[in-house]
Amino acid sequence: MEATVAKTGTEEKTWSGGNRPLNASYGKMMMWFFIVSDALTFSGFLASYGFSRFKFIDAWPIADQVFTHFPFLHGVDAPMYYVAFMTFILIFSSVTMVLAVDAGHKMQKNKVIWYLFFTIIGGAIFVGSQAWEWATFIKGDYGAIETKGGKIVQFLNTDGERVAIADFAIELPSTKESHVEGNGVWYMQEDTQTSFTFEEVKAGFLANDNLLVRTQYLDEHGHPTVLSRAESIDKVVNDGKLVVEGANLKHNEYGTPLFADFFFFITGFHGFHVFSGVIFNIIIFFNVIIGTYERRGSYEMVEKVGLYWHFVDLVWVFVFTFFYLV
Amino acid sequence: MAHDHKLEIFRGLIKFKSNEAKIWGVFAFLSVVTVIEVALGIIKPEVLTGNRFLAMKLLNWIFIVLTLVKAYYITWDFMHMRDEKKSLRRAVVWTAVFLICYLVIILLIEGDYIFDVYKSGYVKFNF
Repeated sequence: MEATVAKTGTEEKTWSGGNRPLNASYGKMMMWFFIVSDALTFSGFLASYGFSRFKFIDAWPIADQVFTHFPFLHGVDAPMYYVAFMTFILIFSSVTMVLAVDAGHKMQKNKVIWYLFFTIIGGAIFVGSQAWEWATFIKGDYGAIETKGGKIVQFLNTDGERVAIADFAIELPSTKESHVEGNGVWYMQEDTQTSFTFEEVKAGFLANDNLLVRTQYLDEHGHPTVLSRAESIDKVVNDGKLVVEGANLKHNEYGTPLFADFFFFITGFHGFHVFSGVIFNIIIFFNVIIGTYERRGSYEMVEKVGLYWHFVDLVWVFVFTFFYLV
Repeated sequence: MAHDHKLEIFRGLIKFKSNEAKIWGVFAFLSVVTVIEVALGIIKPEVLTGNRFLAMKLLNWIFIVLTLVKAYYITWDFMHMRDEKKSLRRAVVWTAVFLICYLVIILLIEGDYIFDVYKSGYVKFNF
């Protein structure tokens, strides 16, 4: 058990790592340097998000028009509240973690166990919330039309409220037949079908005079540009190409596909960190319970895992700002 | 192991009696900052979105500054950077801050340049 404690037999030696110029144990220092490198990875993600956003600065989706849902509150427009809730959960689990570290310093085993337990619960709630955010984002909201140039147009009524394509699309008789696996020699699965075809949405749009579209392009107040009825018809009929519902890596009903790509990569990478942090915490949790650190005489392992956990919180602070607020 | 924690925050304005009290104090402070951020993000006051400083909305400046404040207290108090040696602190913080600023500045300038190319170029992108 002593193998992982900082006793290497080289204490007080100038070479072989005997010196501790930074006055931190080997493990703690390496955790810090890992955190630096991981921070650079995340900055790479966030900086390239900034790059793409600056590249399309006049047509970037506005986060609080995208993330408007709250679990169990259907149809209530609640921008930001759920992400704010997630932020609190993560900060709070950071607090319980640092309290566990503090209790570890004082060798209070039971307190460490309880605080670690709350930290794990907090982390689990956060990962669950992120999964829910993903599911909501992928499922989509109102649906939109993608143009030949890959731009998104969304539908509004004349009062400026969003309208779902399902509310106005007209079912057209279709002769489409799906090729099933049992038929023919060569079988290729077709792409996921949207609930309405472009023609159906177009017909519904033309039949409803109170429908307008808005483009991705932002006006001088930072709102998406709403076209007049004539311009809207022109846009849908001449440029429209396909129906988009929800988001994946290629299409995104909220705006430019890059927005969805960065959403998946940044929050996904962060969520993966939270997930591994929870795993680490669980391992440490059981080690504390069976008394490993009590026998070792030091709860430094809790501190090292704590550093990682706080780092995950730190990254979320930045993701929250740059993805949801700015 | 010596557990000497530095217990004052805000440059000595507030000094806590124990490390545990300091943790709760920092938590309260971080929560207040987050509440301010979320409130501003939902209200979006005209004064702050309409006016700009160095080509960026005042609101966004506020968000970024508040984020850095939060990052400072998470690193200094939750990650105990306050109690580490100055050399470790600088090795970690200065390296990261320098490299991140460098990367961000270069990428944002480049992104802005490409935006101009798209905007003023002869090829139409909005179709």
